[in-house]
Amino acid sequence: MARTILPFGPQHPVLPEPIHLTLELEDEIVVSAVPALGYVHRGLEKLCEVRDFHQMIQIVERVCGICSKIHAMCYCQSLEEMMGADVPRRAKYLRVVWSELHRIHSHLLWIGLFADAFGFESLFMQCWRIRERIMDINEATTGNRVVVSVNVIGGVRRDLSREHQTWIGEQLKLVEKEVLALKSTIVSDYTVKSRTQGVGVLTKDQAHQLGAVGPVLRASGWAQDARMLGYAAFDELDFEPVVEVDGDCYARLAVRFREVLQSVDLVRQALTRLPEGEISVPVKGKPNGEIITRVEQPRGELMYYIKGDDTKFLDRLRIRTPTFANIPPLLAMLPGVELADVPVVVLSIDPCISCTER
Amino acid sequence: MSLTDWINKGRLKSPWVVHFDCGSCNGCDIEVLACLTPLYDVERFGILNIGNPKHADVLVVTGTVNHRNKTVLKNIYDQMPGPKAVIAVGACGLSGGVFREAYNVVGGVDKVIPVDVYVPGCPAKPESIIDGVVKALDVVKTKLGLA
Repeated sequence: MARTILPFGPQHPVLPEPIHLTLELEDEIVVSAVPALGYVHRGLEKLCEVRDFHQMIQIVERVCGICSKIHAMCYCQSLEEMMGADVPRRAKYLRVVWSELHRIHSHLLWIGLFADAFGFESLFMQCWRIRERIMDINEATTGNRVVVSVNVIGGVRRDLSREHQTWIGEQLKLVEKEVLALKSTIVSDYTVKSRTQGVGVLTKDQAHQLGAVGPVLRASGWAQDARMLGYAAFDELDFEPVVEVDGDCYARLAVRFREVLQSVDLVRQALTRLPEGEISVPVKGKPNGEIITRVEQPRGELMYYIKGDDTKFLDRLRIRTPTFANIPPLLAMLPGVELADVPVVVLSIDPCISCTER
Repeated sequence: MSLTDWINKGRLKSPWVVHFDCGSCNGCDIEVLACLTPLYDVERFGILNIGNPKHADVLVVTGTVNHRNKTVLKNIYDQMPGPKAVIAVGACGLSGGVFREAYNVVGGVDKVIPVDVYVPGCPAKPESIIDGVVKALDVVKTKLGLA
């Protein structure tokens, strides 16, 4: 049987972002997949030579619009640790609130796009309708729907008033109710199961050897979550990593669905235990030395490496994003998959190309 | 009414949009997608998001142009049948935004293809993107000689 080469992307209806895969097919079965990146590469790590370390917060927020808050938090935490700032506890709790809100909206967004990838358009619409509540919270509390820009070195820029806290609580109740109403569709619907169960399997060993991170790793049976490191206020909150064992697209869907509910719970815990006090402290000095910080993004573990040389411009900034780590596992999942399932498998790792290429 | 009149009526009442992410941070992308979903629901105005540039009237571009995707962008633009309108969404699509000094950034979308409507914002709000599409329809109308 002759092999066919099929280009997939960079502009493709199911892909919100440009990535190119060269698929080698035998009949309708994928034999191999070769990725081609670079369509979104901007080179923003090098911008640290022309923007000072305070201005870089606005740059790193725009590494990825979906998890902007978490990028900025990781960057600020690195510099705070480097310059020895003692961040107020209230700021740490507020960081948890906004980063978990980001996780909820990112996962709902993904469940919607994933459903759309196998043609379940009404589920896409429902998820995005629920997500708008989170966007409203973001807009009301920070002034912007997507890029919230609340982090500064030494704390956060905005506080949550009592009225906002109560209102967020009420909105989260509605979000939880509406998400639970979708549970029977997401978890036990015949259409969803037939398109995702047993598709794109990543075994436990493969996930470990290929260095998968985040929900992809947890769906293959590893209980690893960078939030367990206890950054921000996560050390004082109660949660367990969400784990599934099957390693297929259905397991990855289940992990992210359960994480939505987990994040709702975490926001609630953080709001209940929110301590009084300052929201930021002034930080003096300039960054000097080297540091690595890890946080958990909706897509997995995010790593920042920063090197400072006692000037206001950083010497080196390196960002290792979760999708970058999840591309080798994706290439291991694709061989043996039917062509019609390729969009489902590609989306199941929640690809964020603008993160990957920066 | 002649056949051309019918086609033109369809073009202006129900514009088909193709969206290309040209190196954006996803912020504007998810706002473009949010326009399709129940809260904003542009389908009630007849605006449809389609994947094929050969069927599209309006091209929505988000993000900066870089050296690799400028050929892809030009290719998509060339595949669209006329009369067509181009909307650049977000600060990056307008001028390069915060990334304008980065080494791999060519600049705004208008460095590669002619842009008819500019939608500012970082990221642009769904309301302003819908407004941009409405403004683009005026451009199509002018190109058709109906304005």
